[in-house]
Amino acid sequence: MDFVDYYKVLGLSKTATADEIKAAYRKLARKYHPDLNPNDKAAKEKFQQLNEANEVLSDPEKRRKYDQYGKDFKHVDESAGARGAYSGGGPFTYSGGDEDFSDFFRSMFEGRAGAGGGGHAKFRGQDIAAELRLDLKQAFTAHQQVFSIAGKQIRVTIPAGVENGQTLALAGQGGQGINGGPAGDLYITFAIAEDPQFKRLGADLYTTVELDLYTAILGGEIVVQTMDGSVKLKVAPETQNDAKVKLKGKGFPIFKKDGQFGDLYVTYKVKLPTNLTEKQKELFTELARGAK
Amino acid sequence: MNEPEVLIPIVKFCENHRIEMAFITMLHENGLVEIIKEGDTLYVHVEKIPRLEKIVRMHFELNINLEGIEAISHLLERVESLQHENTELRNRLRVFEG
Repeated sequence: MDFVDYYKVLGLSKTATADEIKAAYRKLARKYHPDLNPNDKAAKEKFQQLNEANEVLSDPEKRRKYDQYGKDFKHVDESAGARGAYSGGGPFTYSGGDEDFSDFFRSMFEGRAGAGGGGHAKFRGQDIAAELRLDLKQAFTAHQQVFSIAGKQIRVTIPAGVENGQTLALAGQGGQGINGGPAGDLYITFAIAEDPQFKRLGADLYTTVELDLYTAILGGEIVVQTMDGSVKLKVAPETQNDAKVKLKGKGFPIFKKDGQFGDLYVTYKVKLPTNLTEKQKELFTELARGAK
Repeated sequence: MNEPEVLIPIVKFCENHRIEMAFITMLHENGLVEIIKEGDTLYVHVEKIPRLEKIVRMHFELNINLEGIEAISHLLERVESLQHENTELRNRLRVFEG
């Protein structure tokens, strides 16, 4: 847990007046407010620091304590209560993540913070950002998943076809409002793991299948795995290595378009036989002669 | 449009956020929010609430005037569209790098 220089955070000297603190906070908050910096983690962290600095420096009692103990904060209020007693921030209500305040702040002001800064004003609850890891199979099918966020269980329906990096916003599913303020929102970003068999490009899938030499030359029938089962595929005679076939509608579901799917592209990799018998060698030799 | 559960009465929204109705009307007049009128009641669609809350925060917490909000909204739309495009391109790149 490191000491946080709140004056430095706000770009002020220790002799700053209340008006200077207010002005510095407003100016910087406008620059780093998460509403104006969508999906910018660095800005969000900076904004949280600003809120914390303002929370302390704009309250004469907290400022006095901070100025007095500063770097020796570890010795202050060591008997303070459990973590998590306070959530929400300064006058600016946007917040995000589970930890809005640093360990330093909690160590110094835990248990008291709720009484200051916020007063009786209504505050919107925290916006919570969460990452959900899915494999390709999970992203393929609409399903429900239960989250445990900020101590409460939230059941979320994940639509089929979500993309890697896509964020879904669930209004009102974030942190509870303070003093009757509205609840925050829950933002879920999906991280979809690479699949060993299928590559995904939008709603289209790509896969590679091995084809033995004889089927490639003479044609035949093979079974190809798809995301939800398998299909029989006719292989045309004299199929070349790297030839592609398109299986229409066998790709990924299109997000929020029920019953619509992309395509599956199958690339053939012709595998040459090894460990030939004497008889096979003879036959290949004969073929080679015929080709000349 | 007639499904009551997807429409939020503006009065209720204003009560919750402790703001004047006139502010929402002003946003509507400036084309920043769409108001739906049913009988004597004014509503806003539930899907527009996050955007409306964002505007409320910009105005009341960051002291940004309506012209500023309008300009910021356009820029944010562009940022979000570029972020979306960036995600798509990264996913595309992942296919070829894999």
